[in-house]
Amino acid sequence: MKNQHLYNYILGIADNSLILGQRLGELCGHGPSLETDIAGTNISLDLFGQVRSYFQYAAQLSDDNSATEDTIAFLRLERQYKNVLLVEQPNTDFGYVIVRQFLFDAYHLLFLRELENSKDETLAAIAKKSVKEVSYHWRFSSDWIRRLGDGTQESHERVQEAITDLWMYTDELFHQTEADQAMIAEGIGVNTSKLKDIYYKMVSEVLEEATLEVPENKYFHKGGKQGIHSEHMGYILSDMQYMQRTYPNMEW
Amino acid sequence: MSKNNWPLWEVFVRSKNGLEHRHFGSLHAADAEMALENARDVYTRRSEGVSIWVVESSNITASNPENNGELFEPAADKVYRHPTFYDLPDEVKHM
Amino acid sequence: MSENEVKNLEDIFEARIARDEKIEPKDWMPEKYRKTHIRQISQHAHSEIVGMLPEGNWISRAPSLRRKVALLAKVQDEAGHGLYLYSACETLGISRDELYEQLHTGKAKYSSIFNYPTVTWADMGAIGWLVDGAAIINQVPLCNTSYGPYARAMVRVCKEESFHQRQGFEIMLKLANGTPEQKEMAQDALNRWWWPSLMMLGPTDAESVHTAQSMKWKLKRKTNDELRQQFIDQTVPQADLLGLTVPDPDLKWNEKTGHYDFGEIDWDEFWQVVKGYGPSNKKRMKDRVGAWEEGAWVRDAAMAYADKKEKRKDLKHVG
Repeated sequence: MKNQHLYNYILGIADNSLILGQRLGELCGHGPSLETDIAGTNISLDLFGQVRSYFQYAAQLSDDNSATEDTIAFLRLERQYKNVLLVEQPNTDFGYVIVRQFLFDAYHLLFLRELENSKDETLAAIAKKSVKEVSYHWRFSSDWIRRLGDGTQESHERVQEAITDLWMYTDELFHQTEADQAMIAEGIGVNTSKLKDIYYKMVSEVLEEATLEVPENKYFHKGGKQGIHSEHMGYILSDMQYMQRTYPNMEW
Repeated sequence: MSKNNWPLWEVFVRSKNGLEHRHFGSLHAADAEMALENARDVYTRRSEGVSIWVVESSNITASNPENNGELFEPAADKVYRHPTFYDLPDEVKHM
Repeated sequence: MSENEVKNLEDIFEARIARDEKIEPKDWMPEKYRKTHIRQISQHAHSEIVGMLPEGNWISRAPSLRRKVALLAKVQDEAGHGLYLYSACETLGISRDELYEQLHTGKAKYSSIFNYPTVTWADMGAIGWLVDGAAIINQVPLCNTSYGPYARAMVRVCKEESFHQRQGFEIMLKLANGTPEQKEMAQDALNRWWWPSLMMLGPTDAESVHTAQSMKWKLKRKTNDELRQQFIDQTVPQADLLGLTVPDPDLKWNEKTGHYDFGEIDWDEFWQVVKGYGPSNKKRMKDRVGAWEEGAWVRDAAMAYADKKEKRKDLKHVG
């Protein structure tokens, strides 16, 4: 491939939205209220919309003439998915769902605001459209953090536990792969190391407002970006890839 | 079981600038912010709006249909409030 | 109020409906009108939200991204439609929580068709095509029903649902024109969903308890048997177009009547499912009750937070 780095870079961005969208899709019909159910599905639909734009672009770049958004989404091996570990974490309860969303949204929003300035026009255009969607996701998830954190004793404890558990997946958001570095050098990619301080400030402010403790971890998990996923990932993929694997080479 | 339930809100949506807000329906939410967000997610999924108002249903004072006679019927015979009440020669075209 | 006075009010009320006037929430209405409407509208709302589950079962396994977003949007619409209908029902003086309670305790019914399992992807096609097709036949006349909030909710529902049946038919079309395996999958789904879809339009007129009263109040415009015939007449040519066979050996076009004749419906199966013994009744209720109970702490937290915020605002005003 002429531009293997760009291809990998796009997949790195899109896989986060793909797996998080998939997780949210699992919840459709099971939310704590009808209104919240509808809201969660909206976020999932936004993410899948972004995924399609990214993968359609990636398919154009691919040397494989038969590549489509679907072959890229459904027909890779687990080790070839580049999403961060955070987004594959399970829907343990609504607290975990919101915290996962909140921790990702903050990063996603900062990231897209920078990607809008990418030298790659297609990526800049996708970012420009997505940033509006993600601004709303951030508004939604941070409002819910405030409600759960400063709600009842039970909700406070539950959401604090989720924060403590999921916090160790935040550092990976800022790790740079080889593709990331190559793209930053070309003015296409976002220099995520510059976003780290703002990210933790942004997240901590909301947590404090929500009367929640900001964890002070020394240790963090990593590996998703290199395709070394948690044990959850295999199950996500066996669901997601079921049709494409069982009935290869068919149109739906 | 929940101790207390989310109250009901009425949702008004302006479908585009230049038009008034129109009653679209109702929903449940714990507070005004949430009502606004829920209204966005429930009632504007297909680009139905550019502006939303929400008001808690219990804050609406409504007239009672039993009083419709005294409230609305007295207006029925005040035909002089309508332009057709006045006779003008046909030569006066636009008035 | 004396018996005579009530009788008088009822006569005026019935005359209003006969004149095609709409009834609005604060208007006087006979207790039976209120109760019948609560029953029908809530049953309709329950059907929407229980109906999310069989299709929700395939969201995570949808075979392409395009199909996935379409299915997600469709199931989401069903949540929206449930919400519109619960809201309409609430104008009759009952809360959504009370209505949920009725559903969860088995007191309220929902459409029996959602108690069948979705076993292959083709079921997403069959549900959209057949189940939504049957639902639309039922729902379109309701846009003109006598109770204003119900009629308005139905206008919105019907407008939004127009994509649902097309979505299902498109899935079927793709399968029917696909590989032999895909075509077989489509035929199998038609075989399983055909009869339940016919049952979905309700018991035969001879056995239907509510029809006469419902006709008067415009909750119904046609009888169950008429609706069923309409559904069959419009669906059989669509099956032909797909190259699929409707699983009824007695199905035959009748030149004389201008309708299709069709075979005997297994009403024992219908009543078994209605009474709670269908293949998925238990699972559906477990999922609904589970979502509601597991959400209790979330709903409580939001209320507690709203109260605190309100109090803080009051304090600021005092200060």
